[in-house]
Amino acid sequence: MYVAVKGGARAIENAHRWLADARRGDRDLPDLDVAQIREQLALAVDRVMAEGSLYDPDLAALALKQARGDAIEAVFLIRTFRTTLPRFGASLPIRTDAMQITRRISATYKDVPGGQVLGPTFDYTHRLLDFTLSDAKPVPAAAEAAAPAGPVPHILSHLGAEGLIQPEPAEPADVPDLTRAPLAVPAARPLRLQALTRGDEGFLLSLAYSTQRGYGRNHAFVGELRIGYVRVAAYLPKLGFEIEFADILVTECESVNQFQGSRTQPAQFTRGYGLVFGQSERQAISMALVDRALRARELGEETGTASAQDEEFVLSHCDNIQSSGFLEHIKLPHYVDFQAELELIRKPRRDAYAGQEAAE
Amino acid sequence: MHLTAAFQTPPLDSARAFRQVLDSMARPGRIVTLDRVAAPAPCSPAAAAAVLTLVDGTSPLHLAGAHAGASIQDWLRFHLSADLVERHMAAFALGTWEALGPLSHYPQGGAEYPDRSATLIVECAELRAERARLAGPGIETEAWLSLPDVAALQENAARFPRGLDLIFTCGAQLAALPRSTQIGGR
Amino acid sequence: MSDYNFAYLDEATKRMLRRAILKAVAIPGYQVPFSRREMPMPYGWGTGGVQVTAACLVPEDTLKVIDQGADDTTNAVSIRKFFARVAGIATTEATAEATIIQTRHRIPETPLTEGQILVFQVPIPEPLRFLEPRETETRTMHALEDYGLIQVRLYEDTARHGEIARAYAYPVRVEGRYIMDPSPIPKFDNPKLHNAPALQLFGAGRECRIYALPPFTRVESLDFEDYPFTASKAAGQTCAICGAEDSYLDEVIIDDAGGRMFVCSDTDYCATRCAAQAEDAA
Repeated sequence: MYVAVKGGARAIENAHRWLADARRGDRDLPDLDVAQIREQLALAVDRVMAEGSLYDPDLAALALKQARGDAIEAVFLIRTFRTTLPRFGASLPIRTDAMQITRRISATYKDVPGGQVLGPTFDYTHRLLDFTLSDAKPVPAAAEAAAPAGPVPHILSHLGAEGLIQPEPAEPADVPDLTRAPLAVPAARPLRLQALTRGDEGFLLSLAYSTQRGYGRNHAFVGELRIGYVRVAAYLPKLGFEIEFADILVTECESVNQFQGSRTQPAQFTRGYGLVFGQSERQAISMALVDRALRARELGEETGTASAQDEEFVLSHCDNIQSSGFLEHIKLPHYVDFQAELELIRKPRRDAYAGQEAAE
Repeated sequence: MHLTAAFQTPPLDSARAFRQVLDSMARPGRIVTLDRVAAPAPCSPAAAAAVLTLVDGTSPLHLAGAHAGASIQDWLRFHLSADLVERHMAAFALGTWEALGPLSHYPQGGAEYPDRSATLIVECAELRAERARLAGPGIETEAWLSLPDVAALQENAARFPRGLDLIFTCGAQLAALPRSTQIGGR
Repeated sequence: MSDYNFAYLDEATKRMLRRAILKAVAIPGYQVPFSRREMPMPYGWGTGGVQVTAACLVPEDTLKVIDQGADDTTNAVSIRKFFARVAGIATTEATAEATIIQTRHRIPETPLTEGQILVFQVPIPEPLRFLEPRETETRTMHALEDYGLIQVRLYEDTARHGEIARAYAYPVRVEGRYIMDPSPIPKFDNPKLHNAPALQLFGAGRECRIYALPPFTRVESLDFEDYPFTASKAAGQTCAICGAEDSYLDEVIIDDAGGRMFVCSDTDYCATRCAAQAEDAA
């Protein structure tokens, strides 16, 4: 006689063992070192840090190793770890104008004070497979120039000095925390930016792209994209002074967008803003475009058809840990509900056939 | 500064205390016992346990009357980093019925978010299953509780789904009255 | 026990959850927002239920976890193991022995008692979501008790299908006020929600909502005078293992020719009946 499937516990344990075995792969090849991942798959590490909302390259590399290179799975591992960490407080705002620049470009000016710095970019590489990478050949060190001395002001600050771009409000006294309070819409811009910076890169990329193609068009220039290290500091009220405790790599993008002006405001440029952990410029630019799109209502622009302008839609769906979890949960057994559906379908069919037979 | 101890093993004691408070809120009028913690006078052991279980720096607390004394404030700040506020800001309030003052002074929750209302922890001279008849969710037929002011609490219940939730304490005893409970007379 | 805090969550998180649970109990059927944490299992796999259970557990508890009514489905096994590890609590498959039961998609057949808490895992807590995807809109409908839309939609069902075409997650009205999603339990289970002696808590992790039915709460399945609610299940079948006529049945395909049998979805109920029958026979 049929017995309801037993042995779930054993099946799970066996699956875990198989997974560990498959993760290791061919034992004749050396085990992948976490430091190798951190150094040589740095952009994957950066993505995991950005969407995992935790700046720790070693842990992100470890997560990638454990996740067999699956970025979203690695992000999940980092998020779950992050949520158990004690909180000592909030850092002071980072000063991106004091960044140690490794890359800085502006599409709006031919040249800018401080110079355009291409940095380590794929931009002008020809996308031809480099077969020599298959052999472990030594790579010569790149030439280094001295970093610019002193702060490198944001390029948009020059527009600001002329009054051509909308100034940003001073920081709010009380910054909301997406990870500590349930999301409620309408959300203030700081909360939206928090959601976007940890949002799924692919989702934000598609939304940003959709605004370029006309769904919520707000023609964007990359006013400035800068990547580099910034100092993180915190104020310790119990001690009464500030401490600097880390240098972190971040990518910042400020987009310049048109704004037609309104009855109360003259025409002015507006800004979309992106800031993400690590070198993640696709994410930073996407974030800036989506941030700007989400400001449509506040700026009195036409809204209604574009998903990128729909705050509730964007914020409810940008987190890949939520979306992948819910998507994949339909793998779980649903046979009780399915049985109920079967009954729902069968009953009217039975009734219909019964009616037919009676008529015949 | 001398501070009386809070829970001996916080994760376990607070878990047990919460189950008692949950039981009382889910079954209005049921009197449960919470005697594992001592707070500075005049705070009762039951009220202290409820506060330790529910309050922290993210849920503003109002201390009323004698409960606003320095020793209780120090105790709360030390154990909970509690944020002490005025009535209209409070998520929780602690004091006697008289000291807590009119219920309307506390956040009642809005139509869209009725949960954003205060919970009052009311220290009582006595707590018995008598005087006011209770009915509604959590009560199979009827329950009784010695409420301090039936009319004011009936008015509170009439605001449902808005309104305050109340926890009554007396020594180690605790009972609850959520806004959903209908209150009859004697 | 383990290196983790009792029941995994830190104390601040548990306090936040406990505050939300008390508000949920005080406003039956209303969905209280809470700031959920990432849990070590994916969203959609019971994180809401797990957080509610973690906030309620005491060391003396005996926990039962079911998925589809069964104790041995993989996700039930996984969650039960999680709590045994991080809370060191006893676990059971016997409904009558459990003090807390976490469930996905079923309410046990054995009637629950006063000392028990039933924790539901909820995917989409909003009963109006199938009509209106926007939270801002549905929140207003609940606030204004503006339930005309769902009434109209359900009545349209009766015109088209001759009945309300909802087989599971069948909406209920709580104490005549809030319309509530009972989680995707088959509508067969809906009557068990009403006037239950046990406390029923609902946790939706991804959607950040907790709601509750205190014991002895009036819970009515939405219906119409001319189309009354019926708690249906597989028509005219009994359990092929224990012979039960009163339990919810799963349909199992047993051969390539499409042969099928029906068995209790509640594995503990079925096993308990079989054990009793064996005892009677001996």
